[in-house]
Amino acid sequence: MNVHLKPIHEIRMTRPDDGIAPGKPLLVVDNISLAFGGVKAITNISFDILKGEIRAIIGPNGAGKTSMLNVINGFYHPQEGTITFRGEKRSRMRPHVAAHQGIARTFQNIALFKGMSVLDNIMTGRITLQNRNLFWQALWRGPAEQEELEHREAVEHIIDFLEIEHIRKTPVGRLPYGLQKRVELGRALAAEPSLLLLDEPMAGMNLEEKEDMSRFILDVNQQFGTTIALIEHDMGVVMDLSDRVVVLDYGRKIGDGTPDEVRNNQDVIDAYLGVSHDE
Amino acid sequence: MLYREAGDFKTTYSLDQQTFPIRSERWLFWLFIAFAFLVVPFLINDYWNKAVLMPLLIYCMAALGLNILVGYCGQVSLGTGGFMAVGAFAAYKLMTSFPGMDMFSVTILSGVITAAVGVLFGLPSLRIKGFYLAVATLASQFFLVWMFNKFAWFYNYSASGQITAPERTIFGYAVTGPNTLPWATYLFSLTIVFVFAWVARNLTRGRLGRSWMAIRDMDIAAEIIGVSPLRAKLSAFAVSSFYIGMAGAMFFANYLGAAEVTEAFGIDKSFLVLFMVIIGGLGSILGSFLGAGFLVLLPVLLKNIMVNQLGWPTDLAAHIQIMLIGGLIVFFLIVEPHGLAQLWRITKEKLRLWPFPY
Amino acid sequence: MSPALLNFIEIFMNGLMAGIMYSLVALGFVLIFKASGIFNFAQGVMALFAALTLVGLQTGQVPFSHLINAIFGTDIHNWGEGMNTVLAILLAMAIMVALAWAIERFVLKHLVNQEPIILFMATIGLAYFLEGLGDLMWGSDVKTLSVGLPSGGSFWWEDVTREWAAAGSEYFGMYIDLLDVSATVIAIILVTALTLFSQYTATGRALRAVADDHQAALSVGISLRTIWVIVWSIAGFVALVAGIMWGSKSGVQFSLSLIALKALPVLILGGFTSIPGAIVGGLIIGVGEKLAEAYVGPLVGGAIENWFAYVVALAFLLFRPQGLFGDKIIERI
Repeated sequence: MNVHLKPIHEIRMTRPDDGIAPGKPLLVVDNISLAFGGVKAITNISFDILKGEIRAIIGPNGAGKTSMLNVINGFYHPQEGTITFRGEKRSRMRPHVAAHQGIARTFQNIALFKGMSVLDNIMTGRITLQNRNLFWQALWRGPAEQEELEHREAVEHIIDFLEIEHIRKTPVGRLPYGLQKRVELGRALAAEPSLLLLDEPMAGMNLEEKEDMSRFILDVNQQFGTTIALIEHDMGVVMDLSDRVVVLDYGRKIGDGTPDEVRNNQDVIDAYLGVSHDE
Repeated sequence: MLYREAGDFKTTYSLDQQTFPIRSERWLFWLFIAFAFLVVPFLINDYWNKAVLMPLLIYCMAALGLNILVGYCGQVSLGTGGFMAVGAFAAYKLMTSFPGMDMFSVTILSGVITAAVGVLFGLPSLRIKGFYLAVATLASQFFLVWMFNKFAWFYNYSASGQITAPERTIFGYAVTGPNTLPWATYLFSLTIVFVFAWVARNLTRGRLGRSWMAIRDMDIAAEIIGVSPLRAKLSAFAVSSFYIGMAGAMFFANYLGAAEVTEAFGIDKSFLVLFMVIIGGLGSILGSFLGAGFLVLLPVLLKNIMVNQLGWPTDLAAHIQIMLIGGLIVFFLIVEPHGLAQLWRITKEKLRLWPFPY
Repeated sequence: MSPALLNFIEIFMNGLMAGIMYSLVALGFVLIFKASGIFNFAQGVMALFAALTLVGLQTGQVPFSHLINAIFGTDIHNWGEGMNTVLAILLAMAIMVALAWAIERFVLKHLVNQEPIILFMATIGLAYFLEGLGDLMWGSDVKTLSVGLPSGGSFWWEDVTREWAAAGSEYFGMYIDLLDVSATVIAIILVTALTLFSQYTATGRALRAVADDHQAALSVGISLRTIWVIVWSIAGFVALVAGIMWGSKSGVQFSLSLIALKALPVLILGGFTSIPGAIVGGLIIGVGEKLAEAYVGPLVGGAIENWFAYVVALAFLLFRPQGLFGDKIIERI
């Protein structure tokens, strides 16, 4: 029944391999602290994401999950700690530089480009892979058009894969919520990322849509070998999909391990059941 | 069978991406271009050239430029008049310093110089957005006009403070100066507008255009997926100013012949071009043309009716005109925020489905 | 005191008072922006329109007389000797309220939920419309406006300051325009009244509620549309005051609406939502401009008053994008 399996093999890998062997750390977060004014959003968090795994980040509302993703792709700059991506320790960087290094992302509150069509949105995802200069673009005929067509082809495969062929020319603002989420995933996939960050990809979806989305995520991970970090509230989904789980609470890490380990961790249970901390 | 396609039979992606997907529309377009290039030059007279065609072409150019910045990249600018002045003065200095330079080079180089100035005044856009940026661009408007007024070097120390275009020819025909023929200036401007409208179309449909629109629609998300705000915004300022600079150069050299900066390139120019872009349609090449056409033709029409037909005084006609334009802006924003271009698109859709709307 | 110092003080004071005039226009912007999130570009033209209307009523002009004459071939201009100033001001105010109602009814109502930038551009259109309408109603010639405020230089102040100068130095006293002094007094009264109004009346509380959160205000039963009419009426009132002051100072003419553009840098400095910000911003711009014109202007050829304010605002923005009184912006995604 997996009709969508074929196309994903055909998405060409334009981006050079990241040079990390499967199972080795792709991203290491070391002792990160982040504060806004006096308010601490994240305190001394360390964890790693291994190449090829699906890593879930869970925790109650306000635990600092989204802030953590924002730190990883350079949108927030932590006051303390270091981040090592693909073996390179990095300093303060702009988000678009992180994108060029191969970190792609979807957002909790959909952040699509509302004035553009589905096709254009996903094409924009390939912006880091296109490089014709102003002159060729002004001329269009020739290299620019050729590059555009190559990328269009790759994007069409993603459109096939996500089963959104019928809406490719529709302005995204007109789409229902579930489809918008899917288009956003498509935009992130178009960048052919080494690390894909998904911020609540299934929030607000019904069961069927969740199943679709879970299947897409697993396929991306397995067929494409993309490493995925995922924030999700639906525990069933998290336990089924992820290889390892990080649990945050009040900006601190309170658990880290396989889904089974985390499930049996007393701190995690307390956090979720609302037992107050003794210390 | 006038306006139809029989189905979606595109077999390649390049066919899917063409500018005019429907054959009859393509024909119509080329017919129109052929008319503009081959027929109009034989019909043209001085009144039509000065009152309608030249302002139309020049404002099309300026509106294209501003639309790239405001409509595609979402950076509101009220400095258009100032940037047109840069183009005009650049053209003047180039013409007087290098008498041998041909007018195409002069116009394009004026655009390039304006682009550089545009990038400079675009720098604040990296820090500030929206209304704040709009106010900041007012700074460039007032500063530039002041500068061209105060420093006599810009107008070659002429006593009146005016700049006057010397005569320059193309293929032996004068396109600037007092001895121009209507068809020569018309064809010269038409060529430039045609070529650069095509360039604008190319820039906006590719990677650069998408990076502009991404910044416009959601700048933070754009940056996170890999659009460099610095490059996107500054390139939009550069390209936009390039067009506006060329419009300024043509406005001065080919149309006015002589110009005084406060009068020709004041803040009202900035607003006029902004109105064209709004009425025509933000983020649409066609819209730039429709908007410019509308706001160039409307006053001519109104003046003809009120002054020539009804015999009203000119100042009264001018007041009614201002009022009408203001009212129309509001009307368009209410009825169709995407402007004339969107109305045209809707009409086309209806036409395609006619006579079976469902 | 040395004449140089006295000169400096004179420029500084004139700057402060010019600044008050900017603040008056900026105040109208802030009121509307706070209550509706609309950046009302037409505020300056509203001041012009109010002043035109006031002069027209005072001198007994027939509105639209040019148009009527053109259509019917008549030759009417005035309907009488004009009316009492107080009555004219009240009537002008009534017209500004009617205008506020019309703006809500015909423009704002149809633009609810549009993006701020669309609303901004709509107010530019509105500005043009009002400008045309004002000219059409009352004619575009420069008019003098006098509502009986004192004007001209103050001899008393000139004498006092001459005493301050060191004996034997060539100093002839400071020039201070009484009109500017009355403008300052009126501005202070106006701001105090507005503050009291928003603090101690039910309508004022509703206004502040709407400014804080539209949705929440709606949910407790505040009618947004009524509030908008009220706010635009108040802004119309502020415009009338500003129009009177500016009009008395430099005549009622088109350039009045351009002077109002100067309120924009004031807003940038003070922030769009802060009334004290509008006042302080106005003072800074006024003083900065006058000082720059006096001390920097001669070095670069003068007349830098035209753009100096904008450049100050721009430079300021680069270092503090949130304005003087705004909170630091934390971007979220």
